[in-house]
Amino acid sequence: MTLLKDKEKSIIDYLYNAERDVKEVIKVTDEYPTLTIKEAYELQDGLLARKRAESGSKLIGVKLGLTSKAKQEMMGVNEAIYGYLHSDMLSFEWEAVAFSDLIHPKIEPEIAFLMAEDLQGINISAEDVINATKYVAPALEIIDSRYKDFRFTLVDVVADNCSSAKFLVGSNWVSPNSIDLSNIGMVMSKNGKVEQTGSSAAVLGNPATAIAWAVNELGALGKGLKKGDIILSGAMSEAIAFNRGDSVIAEFDGLGSVSMYSK
Amino acid sequence: MKGKNVQYATELLEAEKSRQGIIPLTEMDNSLTVEDAYQIQLETVKLKIAQGKVIVGKKIGLTSVAMQKMLNVDEPDYGHLFDDMQIENGAIVKVDSMISPKVEAEIGFVLKEDLVGPNITYIDVLMATKYVVPTLEIIDSRVKDWKIKLVDTVADNGSSAKVVVGSKTTTIDLVNLRTISMVLFKNGELQATGAGAAALGHPAYAIAWLANKLAEFGITLKKDELILPGALSAAISVSAGDTIEAKFGALGSVTVHFE
Repeated sequence: MTLLKDKEKSIIDYLYNAERDVKEVIKVTDEYPTLTIKEAYELQDGLLARKRAESGSKLIGVKLGLTSKAKQEMMGVNEAIYGYLHSDMLSFEWEAVAFSDLIHPKIEPEIAFLMAEDLQGINISAEDVINATKYVAPALEIIDSRYKDFRFTLVDVVADNCSSAKFLVGSNWVSPNSIDLSNIGMVMSKNGKVEQTGSSAAVLGNPATAIAWAVNELGALGKGLKKGDIILSGAMSEAIAFNRGDSVIAEFDGLGSVSMYSK
Repeated sequence: MKGKNVQYATELLEAEKSRQGIIPLTEMDNSLTVEDAYQIQLETVKLKIAQGKVIVGKKIGLTSVAMQKMLNVDEPDYGHLFDDMQIENGAIVKVDSMISPKVEAEIGFVLKEDLVGPNITYIDVLMATKYVVPTLEIIDSRVKDWKIKLVDTVADNGSSAKVVVGSKTTTIDLVNLRTISMVLFKNGELQATGAGAAALGHPAYAIAWLANKLAEFGITLKKDELILPGALSAAISVSAGDTIEAKFGALGSVTVHFE
């Protein structure tokens, strides 16, 4: 840990409490402007360990963020970011998502990858990712930055587990070899009105490329993906805000659909 | 308490053997809890294993909102499947080998890995599934006239009797397990329809519930076991002479004859 221990603990408490109390907070870098991205990932690790210890949930996968050129430009960066998924973030098409657990949620469509085997390395290609993938499935990710007005720097969002909140997976799971992963069309509607359209190509050209990037980043730290993990590969369009009572459905060409109802 | 559980277990197995339903355990003893009921079921399991029977899987019951309302409960139950309960697709079953049988159609899951709760998600279930297969579960109550409360059916191994397993197996990448169709026929006449989501929203979600519930008893869902995640429609009654078929779209069909 490159940070002073007490500073680390106080930032972790700050972010942990914000999520627990469903209360937005001022971004961390306002008080700690010199934090580095490496330290942000260390804070994320500490925050996630705390959340697992308190909730009894387990690690079930990884999520990617900032996988589109547009978002990277907006943040002034040229690479993606990653966070982790816990079992208590898994939500279901057949159970309403409790709006009261969320601060100012947005939702975005993604392709989920389900790993057939462990994958670790520093020279992993998109093809290696596909070979290690058992299924791909449609997914909706609910992001909910703990920061006021969803405003943050790269360091802030990484420390906040990349704004992760909840996610849902559709029930069409197919082999990654049965579909052209670089060209899956997507239509996302809210309450029957089309809100966003996009393609899997919005995710660094091919979501498997985005995952290969994340695996290589993790590999440099001696970490990797595990058999059975679910990976959310990055948004295929802009995220949309939703409110209590809203229904959102994302329909994917050749992959079926996934829907969310919030109450 | 243990002696009483063994006694109730013995009475249930006697009823199964003699095909004479007993009065509900809840009428004999209204202090019995669901916890007690599972312990009674586990006593019946021990007795069956002592007779040389082998556990081949588990079944989940009460997964539909309709059944849960009928028994005034808000969670499913489960039972054990034994080797002598398995029936081949298309085989003939004697109605008088049971007390008052009914049939329901389910998507059977066969596991390629153990599932050890707690904290099993439905994603874990799908990743551990070798294949799915169409099944007909023949249920029967050892309680006279099906006068069951939750405690009665739990003690009675979830009212399970037999399971007919279809011939075709399908990997889960070839089927949408929530929308897969089920059409149940008796003597060629349509009796009921449903889809995968009738089992707690997603059949794999029902199995995740089971894996986590079993962890309370130190029981694991094992590799190669057949897991029945719950009926996709209401059960239908059968008599001698009936032929029951369930068609599951991409999963194929499964048939049993009664005489």
